[in-house]
Amino acid sequence: MARKEYAFYPGCSSQKGASASNYLVSVESMCKTLDIKMTEIPDWNCCGASVSYAEAGELPRHVMNARNFALAESNLPGQDIVATCAACWLGARESKERLEHSDRLMADTQEALKEAGLNIKVIPEVRHMVEVLIEDLGYDELKKPVKKPLDGMKFAGYVGCQTNRPFGIAGESFENPMYLDKLIETVGGEAVKYDQKVTCCGGALAFSEPEKAQAQIKDIIESAYDNGAEMIVTPCPLCQANVEVYQGQINKRYGTKFDIPVLYYSQLMTLAYGGSAKEAGLNGNVVRARKLEEFAGK
Amino acid sequence: MSDLNSQMADRYKNNFLKEIEEQAEMGEWVKMCMQCGLCSGSCPTNFHSGWDHPPQEIFMMIRAGKREEVLNANGMYMCTSCYNCYVRCPRKVPVTHVMHGIAEYAYKIGRAPKNQPTMHLSKTFWTNATKYGRVNEVQLTQSLYFKDGIAAGIKKGLEMKDVALGLVKAGRLNPLEALGMGHKCKDVNGIRKMLAKAYELEAKRKGRSA
Repeated sequence: MARKEYAFYPGCSSQKGASASNYLVSVESMCKTLDIKMTEIPDWNCCGASVSYAEAGELPRHVMNARNFALAESNLPGQDIVATCAACWLGARESKERLEHSDRLMADTQEALKEAGLNIKVIPEVRHMVEVLIEDLGYDELKKPVKKPLDGMKFAGYVGCQTNRPFGIAGESFENPMYLDKLIETVGGEAVKYDQKVTCCGGALAFSEPEKAQAQIKDIIESAYDNGAEMIVTPCPLCQANVEVYQGQINKRYGTKFDIPVLYYSQLMTLAYGGSAKEAGLNGNVVRARKLEEFAGK
Repeated sequence: MSDLNSQMADRYKNNFLKEIEEQAEMGEWVKMCMQCGLCSGSCPTNFHSGWDHPPQEIFMMIRAGKREEVLNANGMYMCTSCYNCYVRCPRKVPVTHVMHGIAEYAYKIGRAPKNQPTMHLSKTFWTNATKYGRVNEVQLTQSLYFKDGIAAGIKKGLEMKDVALGLVKAGRLNPLEALGMGHKCKDVNGIRKMLAKAYELEAKRKGRSA
């Protein structure tokens, strides 16, 4: 039996061939080393994300998350739900709080769930992967399997919004959370100080109003460069994609020369644990992390 | 839709605050705003042009009964869901959710600004995600590019060509999803029935059945 077991909620972006598929690859490698067993919630569905607010309305959004709760509860009883995506975590956790707070919402939700042959008894805890690492294992345990510390590499820990607000990681401040810097240091890297750690990347507006999102992304990358970072690290699939894939467009728009890799914390951990470039999903980075590729090959 | 608008205007007469409290999700928080402006100053999109009223203005306008101006405003759709306003509000108003709630209400009674790009994304995203239970990222992107017609869509597609190719090369964009070969839930039927019930209950609860 594994050291820890969880009901895994990967979310739409982490599926095979989707925009955060390399996040999933690296999480799987990291969990294997840490002896964490993640069992996918059977037939899980989309959380609705934040941007569906206008079309979805209140109850339908909570009902979508409730379906995942019911599936997790009946198939993986007693296990916490763990999401790797910041938006999945936020959406599901918000629904949990709202349903537990309102008998009316809960009753309506149960009535809707009945249509799909489901019901909820107790809503499992909804947690982010980072919480599992920090709270259930702790930095010391995370450090133990480090075989190849990322010595001398400078990272800008980009926390962004949705693992930080409105819920955040327990004990961290909204304005200057330290957990990501600590994770970077745990695997031997250097976390640079910079002033855009919790700036929004524009979220869904990167699709609908790219000029606004790209102005924000530019500030984040510029600040990372100015403070000596060689790479950016993030816990969120949308932060990762937004900050990485639009660098070419930002360069055209602003005349900058951005070419900075944007990694997931799980990729750094996989590499420090001795994993290969493939196990860390480095082939999934659009801006290649050449320094890490070389490091993995050594 | 516009019928629902006049129906609601009639039902609440001149009490727009009550209308928002009952109809908009988290609308009951509007009266807690003390007009400090921290929400507006914390908003990342407030520093761009193109929006009319930031949150604290919207809240005061609701209390002043400015129904037309609020329901037609575009400020709500500038939200990136970053939750800065939410965690900084000294009165603990869940500003992000209130703005989403007002946007939803304005849209459902047919008053949201036409062709507002993020409003369009909201609609497209939810429709895409609920069709098969999981998001088809390629079809989502296509429907966004082609919202202004085929010519505009091709132009936009060409502008974005390098971004897309980078993702395909990295194995993070599967062109086959365009043909509907994306990820799906098994119990699509159950999801559809469940959501139909949820829409029905919500409309009934809010007295919005036209």
